[in-house]
Amino acid sequence: MLSSNIKGVINGFPLRIEVEKVVEKQVDFNPDFLKNMFSKIDWKALADASKIMGYAELPEEVPDASVLDSDEFLQKFHHALLELHLEEGALVCPETGRRFPVNKGIPNMLLHEDEV
Amino acid sequence: MKLKQLESLLGNLQQFDNPKIELEQYPTGAHIASRMLYTAENSYGDVSNKVVADFGCGCGTLGLAATLLDAEHVIGIDVDDESLEIASINADDLEVEMGLIQCEIKNLNWRGQIVDTVVMNPPFGTRKKGVDMEFLSVALKVASEAVYSLHKTTTREHIKRAALRDYNASSAEVICELRYDLPKLYKFHKKKDVDIAVDLWRFVPKSKQESSS
Repeated sequence: MLSSNIKGVINGFPLRIEVEKVVEKQVDFNPDFLKNMFSKIDWKALADASKIMGYAELPEEVPDASVLDSDEFLQKFHHALLELHLEEGALVCPETGRRFPVNKGIPNMLLHEDEV
Repeated sequence: MKLKQLESLLGNLQQFDNPKIELEQYPTGAHIASRMLYTAENSYGDVSNKVVADFGCGCGTLGLAATLLDAEHVIGIDVDDESLEIASINADDLEVEMGLIQCEIKNLNWRGQIVDTVVMNPPFGTRKKGVDMEFLSVALKVASEAVYSLHKTTTREHIKRAALRDYNASSAEVICELRYDLPKLYKFHKKKDVDIAVDLWRFVPKSKQESSS
């Protein structure tokens, strides 16, 4: 579910995560996909989000692309990117403090009329 | 997966309990959905190992079809929480993963180029004028590879012109014309079932390398 990058990038970036419950789901490991995603995502946002959700194994600074040859690194990246799900909690806009609740894994990003 | 098998799996999905006319909620039939995604995968390679977004996913039929065809990650977006709940149940029934977000498409503000392919069966804009074009405009901003969408055949020229001129498409092509079988869902439907002609489109967005940071 790309909780930290895809979900986290809506409306102000990155959204802060409030955790009530995190679930882990097993997803098939696909190294080619991860190598492709590595250049597309905001590394720091992913690392910070994973840490808040209880997984602190990712380096905080953007690692050199050579790490993509390491299976151990890819496994960690895979876990943080695809297997960590924010089941209950909220995403909070860094600028305004507006809370977007997450229930049953679904973030509610609906805006009020005066926010459009 | 074979086309027949895909169609049959999609045919078992739960559809809207109480369709909301203001959102133009019509189920995407298994016949159309299976052909749409099967073509996207087998003719163009736009599904397997890709990140796919389903705009206005409703009960999730198109997005789930993408997961069944081995998309790496699928995200369904809809404004209606009841639909999302059904989509979530459908994903569980098929034992696949689909991320869901409750959001209005026009307010979707995505950062970066994460999504490869957008698939959608947008509202046709008969209730709320222009909503179909809103979907298309956002889809072409979000997708980096292709957008697959259904539009009424009667709007073909308009869609083509708008996509190429206003929405940054480098190509807009009707892949095939389909009959969309609208079951009698709402009270105002006078006839029992209506068949309307719809086009299956494939749009390719212009490369966005200069705008991505």
